[in-house]
Amino acid sequence: MSVLSQLLVDGGIALPMLDGSALQLSPEIASRAQFGWTISVHILFAALSIGLAPFIIYFTWKEVRTDDERFTRLRSFWVKVFAAGFVMGTVTGIPMSFQFGTNFPQFSSVAGEMIGGPLAFEAKMAFFLEAVFLGVLLFGRERVSDRTFILSSVLVGFGAWLSGFWILVVNSWMQTPQGYEMITRNGMEVAKLTDPIAAFFNPRMTWMYVHMINAAVISVALLVAGVSAYIVWKKRDSEAWGTALKIAVLILLVSAPLQAIHGDAYGRHVEDTQPQKFAAMEAHYETGTADLHLLAFPTDPSALTDPRAENLFTISLPRVGSFLASGGDFNAEVLGLNEYEENPPVAMVFWSFRFMVGLGFLFIALALWGGYLLYRGRLSDSDRYLKAMIMASPFGYAALLTGWYVTEIGRQPWVIQDQLTTSEAVSTTLTATEATLTLVGFLVIYGALVLVALYILRWLIQDELRELGVQETSGDRWYGPIPGVSDDD
Amino acid sequence: MTELLLPVDSYLVEPLPEIWFGLVMFALTMYIVLDGFDFGIGMLYATRDNDHDRETLLSAFGPVWDANEVWVIAFGTMTLAAFPDVYSRLLADHYLLALGFVLALLFRGLGPELREQRDDERWMRYCDYSFIGGSLFAPLLFGMIAGRWVFDAATLSAPTLLTGIGLVAVSVVTGAAFLAAKTGPALASEMRDYGIIATLAYLGGVVVLLATVVFTDAGGAADTILSIPAAVIVVLSVAAGLGGIVLAGRGEYRAWLASALALPVLLSALVALLLYPTIYPPTGLTVQDAVVSPLALNLTTVLGVPVLLLVLWYFKFLYGVFSGPIEGEGYGA
Repeated sequence: MSVLSQLLVDGGIALPMLDGSALQLSPEIASRAQFGWTISVHILFAALSIGLAPFIIYFTWKEVRTDDERFTRLRSFWVKVFAAGFVMGTVTGIPMSFQFGTNFPQFSSVAGEMIGGPLAFEAKMAFFLEAVFLGVLLFGRERVSDRTFILSSVLVGFGAWLSGFWILVVNSWMQTPQGYEMITRNGMEVAKLTDPIAAFFNPRMTWMYVHMINAAVISVALLVAGVSAYIVWKKRDSEAWGTALKIAVLILLVSAPLQAIHGDAYGRHVEDTQPQKFAAMEAHYETGTADLHLLAFPTDPSALTDPRAENLFTISLPRVGSFLASGGDFNAEVLGLNEYEENPPVAMVFWSFRFMVGLGFLFIALALWGGYLLYRGRLSDSDRYLKAMIMASPFGYAALLTGWYVTEIGRQPWVIQDQLTTSEAVSTTLTATEATLTLVGFLVIYGALVLVALYILRWLIQDELRELGVQETSGDRWYGPIPGVSDDD
Repeated sequence: MTELLLPVDSYLVEPLPEIWFGLVMFALTMYIVLDGFDFGIGMLYATRDNDHDRETLLSAFGPVWDANEVWVIAFGTMTLAAFPDVYSRLLADHYLLALGFVLALLFRGLGPELREQRDDERWMRYCDYSFIGGSLFAPLLFGMIAGRWVFDAATLSAPTLLTGIGLVAVSVVTGAAFLAAKTGPALASEMRDYGIIATLAYLGGVVVLLATVVFTDAGGAADTILSIPAAVIVVLSVAAGLGGIVLAGRGEYRAWLASALALPVLLSALVALLLYPTIYPPTGLTVQDAVVSPLALNLTTVLGVPVLLLVLWYFKFLYGVFSGPIEGEGYGA
């Protein structure tokens, strides 16, 4: 139960609530867990589309223009991954947007004017674009011209990035809301749009967009690198997959350091605009000067659920927290969590943040190592590097998810910062039974979906290895290759 | 600065809220027309027992279903953007139906996608169940939500259930007509038979539904149903249905498809007629009560409507690329 509950709480549930035998979850807790869980699964596929888009465009362009067998192979493989990911993104995304209405109707009513437009633009401008031209990209090679085919790949990629833009307009507005005033409509206090530019391009918007898109690029570059490394490891002379590994490493060399530099400045922006979240990220309770914790280890198990100075061993730069937050003053006061009546679950935010940052530094190290090997021309020869990249392939996603938890759980107890709390947003007509029932349903179905997605990736890799002529090592009872018949090309 | 570009205190044109009611209904129509025939294909898939036919049906469905499904998101988000309280109530008051519907969509979409991933009989059978079940339950539950919405009726009441079943039947009609127009003669003639049965079931269902509503005055809709516009819609539906049966009998499948597609359009028109001027009958909320403030709606109009036209062009392009009958195993993925 406890590991599962830990997974469940990503919607921002305080840990103490999970203690004991809470079989009947309250509608609020169940709704938060359900939303947190569905978005955690959905974001994996959304990020896949965003991060894979540049690869798809590049491979398609190279294939059509050069007829190089390497790019035919790479395009064919990754378009299949993209298509499966897109379908999963669609089917997991629709329930998510419906939950704004089913579980958080007060949020939809209060924020309707602010979020409805962007969400509608997302569907109309971005989602349709992706869905329509993906159909062409998957099934239309023989039916459209080369130029239209390449253009389709560009439109699909553009759609993915634009989709991210509108979604983050909504999310960033929830973090730093502006461009509205509160009015009464149908007997309810709701936000009325007064300045769309201010609302859409709120202070958080560009920070979040850069950080999130880059996170998706890093996650997918690591995935591509991992898959490529695995195939290269099995089949040393595969030119196509050596090329894919090289491209992924080059992308990581740019994106991983950029994320660290950008993230550092982003942190200062969060301190300015959401001091409570910042304090939770640093487990900073007393208002006063703040140290910067470079590394933190629990000295007592209690630190895992309640990190405080007393139960942590930290390597810290004294007062650098103050220095950074104030932009140059070592003695600056940083607001502590004790100033607030209600706080986010500090442990989740604190540890998620550390996990994300730690992984970010690991990615930089892996990128630099790969860059060095590339420079020496030994990228595909180093067993140690190939193994490291295979193991690192899911870590990009782990960093992306924990980063998202910092953002979302750190905003609690607010759903719209300083305007509407999450508990006020939850449906008043929802019963505990309904909420628990659907939560269990989503847990099971989305959990199965993630497993299926992993299996699909595995099967695609096995197909690819078979086509490259690599003998299967163990009998796979699911799959019987038909001798003499290749099921593709 | 914004004030220079868009009026803040008045709608761009006075009836803009009503126009948006029309746009939301248009998105609903597009959804039940386009994804409707996808659902029909999914249900008719259950009647196919050989792999060749099944592949043919999946090929007809493959390139377009995902784009068709996006219309439900367009419908939802346009409702949220223009009438947020309707979005909230529609989903929150039909919690289990709404989430059941989206899960049915999930199974419907995943089935065909997963099916092609491996060549294993049992695996493919489960994927087929997922596809067929999802294609049946999605229109049933969506129709039930619409029934509760329009008639303010209980979940297990006759108006709600009949609306759900009606949407299922009309989906089979359009699915059958679409397949008849897209596939070879052997399959087409079988589809014609299913289509004719479904048309009769649909027309019968609509008559029973409307009679029930008139008799019980569910949601106070009896007067509207006995009005001239409603009578016109019913007459046109019967004409389209029976005309479709004649066309199908003659083997004029493309013309049959056109008349079949008129059925969900008319159904949607009936929904709009029954709703207006309220937009959420259970609470008596009218279009004017529920609409967002002028600036928000003006902005959504200026940014959204041109894009909506562009989307229609994409669809024309998409259906153009994949027009014509399917040969053998499909489009050559």
